[in-house]
Amino acid sequence: MAETTDTTRKKSQVADINRSLYDFKMSEEGYERYADGLSTDIVRAISDKKDEPEWMLELRLKALAAYEEMEMPANWGPSIEMLDLNHISAYVSPKTKQASSWDDVPEDIKNTFERLGIPEAERESLAGVGAQYDSEIVYHNMREEVADQGVIYTTIEDALHDPELEPIVHEYFGTLIPMRDHKFAALHYAVWSGGSFVYVPEGVTLPYPLQSYFRLNAQGAGQFEHTLIIVEPGADLHFIEGCSAPKYYEANLHAGAVELFVKDHAKLRYSTIENWSKNMFNLNTKRATVGADSIMEWVSGSFGSHVSYLYPTTFLQGARSSCEFTGITFAGATQDLDTGCKVILNGPDTTASVDTKSISKDGGINTFRSSIVVGRRADRACATVSCASLMLDDISRSDTIPAMDVRNGSASVGHEATIGRISDDTILYLMSRGCSEGEARTMVVNGFADPVSKELPMEYAIEMNNLIKLEMEGAIG
Amino acid sequence: MSDQLLIIAGLSAGTEDKPILHNIDLTVGAGETHVLMGPNGAGKSTLGHVIMGDPIYQVTDGTITFDGQDVTDLGADKRSLAGIFLSYQAPVEVPGVPLYSFLRTICQMRPELKTTARKFRERVGKIADQLDIDQNFLTRELNVGFSGGEKKKIEMLQLLLLRPKLAILDETDSGLDVDALSIVSRGIEAYRKECDGALLMITHNTRILERLTVDRTHVMVHGNLVADGPASLIDDIDAHGFARFEDALAEKAEA
Repeated sequence: MAETTDTTRKKSQVADINRSLYDFKMSEEGYERYADGLSTDIVRAISDKKDEPEWMLELRLKALAAYEEMEMPANWGPSIEMLDLNHISAYVSPKTKQASSWDDVPEDIKNTFERLGIPEAERESLAGVGAQYDSEIVYHNMREEVADQGVIYTTIEDALHDPELEPIVHEYFGTLIPMRDHKFAALHYAVWSGGSFVYVPEGVTLPYPLQSYFRLNAQGAGQFEHTLIIVEPGADLHFIEGCSAPKYYEANLHAGAVELFVKDHAKLRYSTIENWSKNMFNLNTKRATVGADSIMEWVSGSFGSHVSYLYPTTFLQGARSSCEFTGITFAGATQDLDTGCKVILNGPDTTASVDTKSISKDGGINTFRSSIVVGRRADRACATVSCASLMLDDISRSDTIPAMDVRNGSASVGHEATIGRISDDTILYLMSRGCSEGEARTMVVNGFADPVSKELPMEYAIEMNNLIKLEMEGAIG
Repeated sequence: MSDQLLIIAGLSAGTEDKPILHNIDLTVGAGETHVLMGPNGAGKSTLGHVIMGDPIYQVTDGTITFDGQDVTDLGADKRSLAGIFLSYQAPVEVPGVPLYSFLRTICQMRPELKTTARKFRERVGKIADQLDIDQNFLTRELNVGFSGGEKKKIEMLQLLLLRPKLAILDETDSGLDVDALSIVSRGIEAYRKECDGALLMITHNTRILERLTVDRTHVMVHGNLVADGPASLIDDIDAHGFARFEDALAEKAEA
């Protein structure tokens, strides 16, 4: 078949992209990089550098002690034996100050974010952007009209230096995810760096989303950002996080923490498009607590990492609060993704709706765990979990592990799981209308992912379609 | 023979464990209308699928030449781009793929049909009107939740959009109510008139043929083409069925 036809046909689909979009490395020259492994000295050095209040240093040291004492998770999901924490640098930072104009960001870092399309998205459709490069935020900015409404969008480090914000951080930080939750939570609190602090005052609705983008450039490094979001009563926020990293042969570690506080009559949508490189151990913890008559929405697209442990958890505390979780994971060769969603329904008349899709190919493994807990007080609580898996070949794997713990007789809980393959009839049908086999498969997979991409803002939906296309092309090449 | 659009010569094909088609010879000239008839299980649909390039079937002998090119080893996508179209008995549902963007994609990949978004919208609108397809349908997912009649109309919509040189209609008329049948007939007529395309109709129902000028009728029994004749052969089959063709084949086999 002629090369030219192929090229023209590819272009007729969404925008063209290639691996280089994510997989490029920048030099680490002029970096500040702390020794691999963990010690009191390193923790103190991080705290010193950030000139933190005493309570934060104490919290870090306590977390370090907990980390040293706690066992690695055993008998849980995919193996993380390959992850040698003595060879991960906890803190790596480019020598640059945080800027509020892209012109002040060093050229190669600015280029990185340009290539990822962040400044463009900021101009077109975002209310504010934070960009983290390795351990530190290098850029932070928010539209003036949003700032005028009293919205705070900054780093936790900066908030700790602001006498008005420091007490708020102190009040909330680390209260939703306890440091002893698991070993990597303890690690996170010992060495956390970067991330975002968002405060939306009572009654304020943000017209556009805020976005933080996390880029891990350094080899053999860890990223431990902390995201703390407080949505006051009657407020409404859409927050987007994006993550990517170039591919190295050494393991990288991401152990971030996300704590979300949604008060009464409020709404928070938290969207994630994660495309870590395939040497990444993504052991991330996300948790939300939701007040009365409030809505928590998660939209999650997980494409990258070698191993993931990721189970966003929602506590529906207030009456009539609800949680909607829409997610997709894509596991290709060398990937073992253990993901899921946990909802604890404590308030009466609370509802949870979990809808996830997983795609496995080239030996990729997907495990989806759902956990629904209905508390004693949760009269008439209602939860539905639906999980659909698509396997693209015989060597891939997909498992669903649902758990339900219902302690209220008036609650209703439902679970449904389907596992399927792309039928030959479908491929023939699409091919007989002119699509190549690869295009036909990509079309079916994109269609399968459609309920998730519909939930994403346009640019991210396109990015997700491109990621799927990229993964699919890898299969056929 | 160079004026023939489709030349099937000595074609035998089947699945891995079962031969189905035996030594088929069939030619269709550009713009001609052919009818393929035969009892259930005779292999008519298989022949349609083999011409389209369905990989479930392996060609064990013979060749398929289309528009001067040997397509025997080509995939269904290449045959489609060359101008072959197969309308399915049961078009598949493809969740999450919006019908309109699917139509746009399959047209844009053909240099001769490539056009601006606006002109394309007009074209689709016009054809949809012609087939009594509600414009709201275009925003739905490809064939998902469509009734049998609706699916067939969407097949006709694709036929008229793609303007193939040869359309194989595999029992497009089966299971349709009177209204749907008349719309599908309208689509076939439009294809004959506007695209000047050739037709290979696989059907049991002679009613859909009433409004068409049939050039040639072929009869298939047990995977063999046993008769070839003018349009009047249809009336003959209508009156007497396939029994005599089956008997003739049995005698031939014994001899």
